[in-house]
Amino acid sequence: MPDQPLLDVRDLRVSFRTRRGSVTVVDGLSFSVSPGEILGVVGESGSGKSVSMLAVLRLLTSPNATVEGAVRFRGRDLLALPDKEMRAVRGREIAMVFQDPMTALTPVYTVGWQIAEQIRAHEKVSRKAAHARAVSLLSDVGIPDAASRANAYPHEFSGGMRQRAVIAMALSCGPALLIADEPTTALDVTVQAQILDLMRELNAQGSAVVLITHDMGVISQIADRVLVMYGGRAAEEGPRRAVFHGPRHPYTWGLLDSVPRVGGPRLRRLPTIAGMPVAPGSLPEGCAFAPRCRLRHERCEERPVLSIGSTGADVGAGADAHRDACWLPDDDRASLRLTSRSAATDVPDLEREATP
Amino acid sequence: MLRFIVKRFASALLVMFAISVLVFLIFFATPGVDPAARIAGRNADPATLAQVRHSFGLDRPMPIRYLLMMRHLLIDRDLESFVNRGSRVIPQIVQATPVTLSLVIGAALIWMAAGIIMGTAAAALRGKAADPLIMLVGVVGVSLPAYWLGEVVNLITQKQLHSSVFSWVPPPGYVDLSHDPGQWALHLLFPWLTLALLYAGIYARLLRGEVVTALNEDYVRTARAKGLSERRILIRHALRCSLIPIVSLFGLDFGALVGGAALLTEVVFGLPGIGKLTFDALQNLDLPVIMGTVLYAAFFVVLANALVDILYARLDPRARHA
Amino acid sequence: MGQVSTAAPELATVEARRPPGPWRTAGADLLHNRSALAAAVVLFLVVLATLCAPLYAHHVAHTDPFQSHVSGSTVADGKTVPVLTPSSTGLGLGVTPIGPTWDPAHYFLGADNQGRDVMARLLYGGRTSLFIGFTAALLTCALGTVVGVVAGYAGGVVDAVISRVLDVIWAFPVYLLAICLSVVLLTDGLHLGPLTVEAGSLWLPVAIIAAIYVPYIARPLRGQVLVLRNKEYIQAAIGSGAPTVRILRREVLPNVLPTAIVFVPLMTALAMLTESALSFLSVGVQPPDASWGTIIEDGLGLLYTRPAVTIAPGLLIALTTAALNVLGDGVRDALDPGARLRGGV
Repeated sequence: MPDQPLLDVRDLRVSFRTRRGSVTVVDGLSFSVSPGEILGVVGESGSGKSVSMLAVLRLLTSPNATVEGAVRFRGRDLLALPDKEMRAVRGREIAMVFQDPMTALTPVYTVGWQIAEQIRAHEKVSRKAAHARAVSLLSDVGIPDAASRANAYPHEFSGGMRQRAVIAMALSCGPALLIADEPTTALDVTVQAQILDLMRELNAQGSAVVLITHDMGVISQIADRVLVMYGGRAAEEGPRRAVFHGPRHPYTWGLLDSVPRVGGPRLRRLPTIAGMPVAPGSLPEGCAFAPRCRLRHERCEERPVLSIGSTGADVGAGADAHRDACWLPDDDRASLRLTSRSAATDVPDLEREATP
Repeated sequence: MLRFIVKRFASALLVMFAISVLVFLIFFATPGVDPAARIAGRNADPATLAQVRHSFGLDRPMPIRYLLMMRHLLIDRDLESFVNRGSRVIPQIVQATPVTLSLVIGAALIWMAAGIIMGTAAAALRGKAADPLIMLVGVVGVSLPAYWLGEVVNLITQKQLHSSVFSWVPPPGYVDLSHDPGQWALHLLFPWLTLALLYAGIYARLLRGEVVTALNEDYVRTARAKGLSERRILIRHALRCSLIPIVSLFGLDFGALVGGAALLTEVVFGLPGIGKLTFDALQNLDLPVIMGTVLYAAFFVVLANALVDILYARLDPRARHA
Repeated sequence: MGQVSTAAPELATVEARRPPGPWRTAGADLLHNRSALAAAVVLFLVVLATLCAPLYAHHVAHTDPFQSHVSGSTVADGKTVPVLTPSSTGLGLGVTPIGPTWDPAHYFLGADNQGRDVMARLLYGGRTSLFIGFTAALLTCALGTVVGVVAGYAGGVVDAVISRVLDVIWAFPVYLLAICLSVVLLTDGLHLGPLTVEAGSLWLPVAIIAAIYVPYIARPLRGQVLVLRNKEYIQAAIGSGAPTVRILRREVLPNVLPTAIVFVPLMTALAMLTESALSFLSVGVQPPDASWGTIIEDGLGLLYTRPAVTIAPGLLIALTTAALNVLGDGVRDALDPGARLRGGV
């Protein structure tokens, strides 16, 4: 099969046992990543983005967490893999970069040592060779004077430098897939751009990337495809151009409209999505977004499936299909979006007609 | 580096000075306490009291008294016990030191090994049945009165089971290491275990908390994502970082024990160490000996703290440039 | 458009459930902690038993545990036996008291070398030990909190002086310090201005124990206050000119209080152990008062003949301090998981 996905997640379900009963955080999430593509995963805090990726790598170590579903990576079901084989996948085939570079490195070891440690965990190389590779990796990610910086401790690095070091570590074994969980959120804007460039370069070398973020701007710069999550479920999925130019789900509209744009209309106040993100544990039976949706109707009591159009059919489901989970009629989504936006901005604004 | 050492040395001297003054004040300046009355006995007549005051220099002003005592103790090194006239303080301390060092070093090795193994194992097994079981041992360790445990150990090894299981246990006492290493170890075995149980409990409980906290840190998640084995994550990452607070506590405890805090164990097992010397001197209000042992204690406390600072810097790179 | 209504529908009211406060959450956590609950029950039973001491002494054992019964006799196995028998070995000076009869009315745990009922003394001794442990812990926690908050909040010279003093006491062996103070104060009592504590008073060990452990509380709390002081909301309060007392009361104290409370049960265990050690060395509780420590000391001479006199109070100390430690762990997990009390952990 030519476009067999690298990673294929089917019906992933993650729940946590709490004192007030079981709370489902990821609820039937399915998505796939093709070799060499960049998938952007967006959603508000608590939408289950990070948890689902941690679940894919089996990094949810809490004894209260339950993970169900299927995670196929290069044909193997990761959820069923023995611990030892799973360890061989982590770091070597799938690497992960976390949000906060300040705390992501063990404070008592040098940066170079920690990179070499990962290399030596997966390959039979000498300490010296591993260190030499760590130095060249550090220099690859743009750390000046890498040979001496490799012997520095994490607290001696700035935030951006640390995130570079973490990325260098993630790249050390040439992973087929890199999962980056908000890698730029804790960083300055200028540093953000550099880190995104790094991701792009890495992608150019053949690794697929899953980039988790809540920043639509970041997604628009770098993703090939976009997965929009809400309430632990997929709300919309499709190629970047399609999602940005013809967003189909009211939640995606809200996300896009709440980003101010240069040269766009001047609004007295930015449109926001009314209400609060749905709390895990109080997910409605039907559409998760329904309680906050201005276009809610009877059908929303029923849970929508991710499909092409509102027909419920998943016809010709190629990798670049544009799917959404919404019951609104397909034909007039564009006009519905305008209506809902004018309601969202609350106060009528003279300049609104100028919307491109 | 030189500045650091000088600074360190100065602050050590300051602490020793402060401790000696503190103890001196406790004995000579506590409101309503007359040391002469203690020396002369409960029902001494005023003439005797006056004589005691004069012959012990208690009629001199306080700072002079302090300086005189320090001069005799440190410079002339001829300070004599109030109670056993003629017996000098320094040789007594010199004689008691190896006993205490033997006891404390042996116990420290046992408790550090036991504490680290118990605490790490409990943290690694948290949520499983073994964790509360290990921690129960820890709680028992910190809850038993050390001297009482010593007495019970004596009761069992010397009386109840002496004719059967513990016939090899020698009577309480101390044999010098240079005299007979085997007997030295045999005499110290139960004192070691008794003293170690208490501290093993403290360290196991402390370390478990630290390791559990460390296991929830981001860097442990990173280590997992790197594909390291759980064992390596536990020992090389979580435990390694958790040892930092443990080491500073160890320095304090070790210094305090060598300085005489092991006196209960020494009293119970009849070990003529510093703690025993201090305690006997306290019972008799033998001020010169008390001042001597207290200064000695302060010296070890300060020394241990200095060692800890060095070890701390080795363990925690963040502390190196501070 | 069918069923779709374009008029903005009323937004479903997002459930505005206010989350339960930190104290209530902690309470709920504690109630779900089975070992902490068990420890609380054990403590309750121990306290209850010691409260029943006079009841037991007067109505069950019919004895005065503070009066020696050198020539008394009692009933064991239906026979009348003397409470003390002159020992046949040694110099003939010693006596062997009656051993445990396991009969609550007649020397349940036997007698000590003065013919006093050990069980009754244990119950009375428990009152003393618990009283000293708890009051000393409360006192030292209160004192330590005040010192820690003042040092951390005032900063500058005040902090430097307080911290140096705390450091010195912190590094010095607590037991030595306690014994030094006890030896000195035991003869004449404590006279601090208007405050006078008589030499034989139970308040003397309370005061000594409370004093020596102040750094154990003050040092960690000072650290917390130092961090708090740099928090934006405290800086904002200072910047807005709020009076210092109000900032301390409204902003600082509520934040350090959980830690101080976590320390109370752990400190009580530590104080009880210290009291018993001091009493064992006969520089703690003074006769005629008894505590578990003094009873152990009384039993030392009888260790090989009547071990129950030594073993029973030790077991009670261990049981009570273990319960306090487990309860303290539970309170810590619920209120402030990061709190660490030196020695008490």
